[in-house]
Amino acid sequence: MSRNAKINTLLLLLVAALAVLPLALGLGEGKEEPFAGADGQAEAAITEMRPDYEPWFSPLYEPPSAEVESALFALQAALGAGVLAYYFGVRRGRRQGARAAAAAAPDAES
Amino acid sequence: MHIAEGFLPPLHAAAWGVASAPFVVHGARALTREVKANPESTLLLGASGAFTFVLSALKIPSVTGSCSHPTGTGLGAILFRPPVMAVLGTVTLLFQALLLAHGGLTTLGANVFSMAVAGPWAGYGVYRLLKKSDVPLMVSVFFGAFFADLVTYCVTSVQLALAFPDPAGGVAGALAKFGGIFALTQLPLAVSEGLLTVLVMRLLMQSSKADLIRLGVAKLTASREATAR
Repeated sequence: MSRNAKINTLLLLLVAALAVLPLALGLGEGKEEPFAGADGQAEAAITEMRPDYEPWFSPLYEPPSAEVESALFALQAALGAGVLAYYFGVRRGRRQGARAAAAAAPDAES
Repeated sequence: MHIAEGFLPPLHAAAWGVASAPFVVHGARALTREVKANPESTLLLGASGAFTFVLSALKIPSVTGSCSHPTGTGLGAILFRPPVMAVLGTVTLLFQALLLAHGGLTTLGANVFSMAVAGPWAGYGVYRLLKKSDVPLMVSVFFGAFFADLVTYCVTSVQLALAFPDPAGGVAGALAKFGGIFALTQLPLAVSEGLLTVLVMRLLMQSSKADLIRLGVAKLTASREATAR
């Protein structure tokens, strides 16, 4: 593995460790809902502070179940990852093409 | 950082909408100008938007025992400057508001302001400051992305504190409460986002050095990344 690839792998491992450590250390223990979303907690805090507050608008479309919602989140991530992969694929192909052309050019002249 | 649909009083929702609109309009102009002037940027612009799409879909556990997600706006802000990110961030937020019931149309202005305006500008500012001093490029990139992420959540906390002051502690008390929910949770995630942005920037250094030079991110000479390969 090149030095570059090693650094990149290390970066990924660090990110994975940061995500897994809170789970492994059980930091969600003692909570009513371990590892709930912060957005939802903020909503709960609002209703707790201002029990009289009524949301005055509701979403036009709401995923009918947690499964459908997670599917749509996965779709969002997949779309993004797909475009990113396409970008790096195109770039790699162009570089290889340029290299091949450069290697072939001297032969064509002689 | 998504304030749920209907969870800001109408006056606040409208005010944040008015505050965000000029940034998005200005951003849309900057975006079309960039695409017209440099058609070869389109692909990288798409990749920057895609990075935000991926990162804001990932809910990651944090030290506070709750989950939150990165924003992915630092990368685009560093590459194309913050105005462009105002547009790309708004697209992401619209997708989530319309399809996922995550965030909302009435709170779109507030969410755009935190994630697509304040975050990118803060991150870009930190990146530029560090770049002027003599630190390695990747250090500037890391802290740029770190602050773009963290500031977004701090702004959300302020927005909620202004709208819902604590009956006992006032705005400051509410800020402490919402900050505890958002900012603290976000710290390790901001580190993750910094690391991931550095990773993508390193890959771009390998694959698209010419673009990075044109965008003023990389310099022609000083690049250990290029020679190390």
